[in-house]
Amino acid sequence: MGVLRRNLTAYGFLCAALFCFTVFAWYPMVREFILSFQKTDLINSPEWVGLANFRGAVQDPAFWEAWLNTVEFTFLALLCGYAVPFVVALVLNELRHARAYLRFVVYLPVMLPPIVAVLLFRWFYDPGPGLFNQILDVFGVPPLAWLDSSSTALISLVLVATWMNMGSATLIYLAALQNIPPELYEAAELDGAGVFRRIRHVTIPQTRLILLLMLMLQIVATMQVFIEPYMLTGGGPENATVTVAYLMYQFAFSQMNYGQAGALGMMLMLVLLVFAAFQLRSTREDAA
Amino acid sequence: MTSREAAVADRPATRGPRTPAARQRRRRRSPRPMNVQFRTIISPHQLNSRWGRRIYWLVLAAVIVTFSLAFVFPLYWMVSGAMKTPEEVAQMPPTLVPAQPTLDPFFEAWDLFDIGTLLANTVYYSLGAWLFCMCVDVAAAYALSKLRPAFGNVILGAMLATLMVPPMVILIPLYVTIVDLGLLNNPWGLWFPAAANGFNIFLLKRFFDSIPRELIEAAQIDGAGPLRVLWSVVLPVSRPILGVVSIFTIVTAFKDFVLPLLVMTDSEKMTISVGLSQTAGAVTQNQVMGGLVIASIPMIIVFFIFQRHIMAGLTAGSIKG
Repeated sequence: MGVLRRNLTAYGFLCAALFCFTVFAWYPMVREFILSFQKTDLINSPEWVGLANFRGAVQDPAFWEAWLNTVEFTFLALLCGYAVPFVVALVLNELRHARAYLRFVVYLPVMLPPIVAVLLFRWFYDPGPGLFNQILDVFGVPPLAWLDSSSTALISLVLVATWMNMGSATLIYLAALQNIPPELYEAAELDGAGVFRRIRHVTIPQTRLILLLMLMLQIVATMQVFIEPYMLTGGGPENATVTVAYLMYQFAFSQMNYGQAGALGMMLMLVLLVFAAFQLRSTREDAA
Repeated sequence: MTSREAAVADRPATRGPRTPAARQRRRRRSPRPMNVQFRTIISPHQLNSRWGRRIYWLVLAAVIVTFSLAFVFPLYWMVSGAMKTPEEVAQMPPTLVPAQPTLDPFFEAWDLFDIGTLLANTVYYSLGAWLFCMCVDVAAAYALSKLRPAFGNVILGAMLATLMVPPMVILIPLYVTIVDLGLLNNPWGLWFPAAANGFNIFLLKRFFDSIPRELIEAAQIDGAGPLRVLWSVVLPVSRPILGVVSIFTIVTAFKDFVLPLLVMTDSEKMTISVGLSQTAGAVTQNQVMGGLVIASIPMIIVFFIFQRHIMAGLTAGSIKG
């Protein structure tokens, strides 16, 4: 087969994917850049406004709050959603019984549509007959306001996010743990290492790459949290749960200011790219 | 034996005897050493020591109880909530078991949310996304893996680069693009973006790369063209990865919320997630729960049937990549 013909056939097979990627993945990235310098409401023709969108976004009363909340949410979500699955996976890996049941159950919430988890927890958080306050009541703890108080609202969102997402991280860690050669543990034991030192000097170094990878994936995933504030709090109370992604949605669909939303999106993209670059460097150093 | 083989070999033994008679026999023979072919942090010796055993059973019981409370109980609460009357749902303290279980909230939810339409829409969009995704991504991965065009690596790199950009970040420009193309309230507004999935292409290409060249050359000598090779050689041997990619595509499309929220705005065309979110404020709590139960059932069935594929797929991309 000639080179030309081979290339033609190959691009024939590729053309549908190239179309989808060009129009719905690559172009939107460029479009975001263009959008952020334009004023557009999708009805009138767009006009160039320079940096006005960026200024408008920064001057929005909720701007700094949104970043702070996003960072706080990401931090809390990492604390729960990154450390907990690893510990859970460590324990699950030691168990010799009920493994199939435990794995099934921990992944179950991941399968549910997010709206199910979110609306279910909205009911649990209900200050009156909600399950959580009723449980607290059994133990004699005074009821919490959960989503209605600016001090507990964010952590309530983190709780939902952790519940519905931790299954996949747990199973990925579990698979990584099963790939550790048993000889390493035997050697460590012969050297007199106790359980915790075995974890520190064998388990963690052996799973380091996957731990780093998951760290980045989770930061990127939690930084764009949207459905929880959208459904549970609407950003309230007193902007305590406005995240960057939610603010972006607000700019676009409440204020019909797509340019300003694009500007905020650009900022979020830059922050995430810095994370990604940082991550890429650390994994590369690790591999070298 | 590698640890993974050991894990497989270990599996039947961990299930334990099933019949009550067998269980009794086992208890009498105790302390039988625990099956420990599969070495982990705790050594077999420690595990089988007197205290090791006690701690093991204690931890096992604690883990089972905690997991059941954390992950099964909320779902039980959802189902039982949907079987209570509105008064009972609002009652304090709540009842653990519905006093007079009724299925009415399910039927009410079905009518109020118009779940028939929503569910049909969601299934239609998911299956459409799957079909379109598979055609587009399999063809692309095949071209990149086996036909190796000029600039193939550049294209693959650009496709994988989209994985670095989180979907939420390009949501607004994607929406604007969809509006510009007039694809609002058109399923193609969901299907095109779904097919632009770098991860699918990555998984498929990596699998196609592992297909021996001899297999393809043999078919070529028999006069098979590229399409014929794809259909009769590559696809049949790629069944495992096709299964994984299929399930993930369908599940993702079914669960998706934000894009359908923006694109499918007609109440006649909404997905079940969006439909539930729009109407949930206007109905009673037990009806909401009824709606949620119905919305969960398809995914739970999928999970029951394809559990193995899903668990395999979870680790397919991450372990070796």
